[in-house]
Amino acid sequence: MKLLGEFIKGLWRENPTFRIVLGLCPTLAISTSVFNGIGMGVAATFVLVGSNIFVSLVRNIVPEKVRIPCYIVIIATFVTIADLIMKAYAPLLSRSLGMFVPLIVVNCIVLGRAEAFSSKEPPLKSVMDALGMGVGFTWALVLISAIREGLGNGTILGIPLSSRFDPPLFMVLAPGALLTIGLLIGAMNYFTIKKHSRD
Amino acid sequence: MDLSSYITIIISTVFINNFILSRFLGLCSFIGVSKNTGPALSMGVAVTFVTTMASIISWLVYYFILAPYHLEYLRTISFILVIASFVQFTEIVIQKRSPALYKIFGIYLPLITVNCAVFGVAILNTDVFFLGGRAVAGSFLKSTLQGFGAGLGYTLAMFLMSTIRERLEYADVPRSLKDIPITFIIASLMSMAFLGFSGFKI
Repeated sequence: MKLLGEFIKGLWRENPTFRIVLGLCPTLAISTSVFNGIGMGVAATFVLVGSNIFVSLVRNIVPEKVRIPCYIVIIATFVTIADLIMKAYAPLLSRSLGMFVPLIVVNCIVLGRAEAFSSKEPPLKSVMDALGMGVGFTWALVLISAIREGLGNGTILGIPLSSRFDPPLFMVLAPGALLTIGLLIGAMNYFTIKKHSRD
Repeated sequence: MDLSSYITIIISTVFINNFILSRFLGLCSFIGVSKNTGPALSMGVAVTFVTTMASIISWLVYYFILAPYHLEYLRTISFILVIASFVQFTEIVIQKRSPALYKIFGIYLPLITVNCAVFGVAILNTDVFFLGGRAVAGSFLKSTLQGFGAGLGYTLAMFLMSTIRERLEYADVPRSLKDIPITFIIASLMSMAFLGFSGFKI
């Protein structure tokens, strides 16, 4: 039951994108289509789970002073694995994500979880935490990219939505991304404030 | 190689492909540190220094070690290690040599290690200036300039945003949009303005 709690919290209460506002660079840059969003989400989840397990395993061996470089090496290893796998089995996705695959290494979510959670907790709990954060990150990505692709390109996963709608290109370009995330976080705050005032 | 291609690199990284507003690199610190003009400018200068140095160092690593031995797949690990140790090294040197400077820039240096802009410029340089594992002509100078331009563009965006946010303190923003959401919406408008440069042909 407790393990499930670690998983659930990443989905909403401590959602990395909307709640803690971490790891925004990849979120905004690659959310131009739902396909990219899913790909990025899966890659980041893989890196999160892999690095969280290893950070948790070495948590009692690594001296306090050099822990950050150690974590970075562990994370970079998993990023390289993800990058190579993607290049081999999903070259199309790898090309459209481009430099943002290696950039997972500086994604604050991954290092943030390593530092804040798995450096203190046993492996099993860390895996659940990583999975929760990964899924939370993925659904946020899918939501943002669905809005952007739907409004900016008139399609979702390449399937056209309506023929009577002339999509503004603006949403696929950089300003659309910033506007979408701003309004989404605003909407989230609105519901939180409303809920608190009702309680 | 003529001079104009070097100037083009600077102009394009500062305006056309501004690192924050059109490439989305370094957004976390852009949102986090842009509340006041003073710290925003300090952060900008620190980032410019680190992106320039990181470009030089990562070029050296790639050109002399990774490319000749076909170790390109170790790019991610080696770059992040080299950059992180360089930043750490700079921090120690500044702390020893100039406590006054450390007071201004010191606290920003650890933040820069995980700044996507720094790592991003290193990756971008090898993507653009090494084609098929071979360096293009003048790649060293071009990489350095791209690193410097990226820092300049970052500083420009930081400065503009911080001046707007200082005024925003007095504005009547809806409660749920306060702080982070409104910053994103302003960034969106700024980014739209910067899109105007994208038709720019030099």
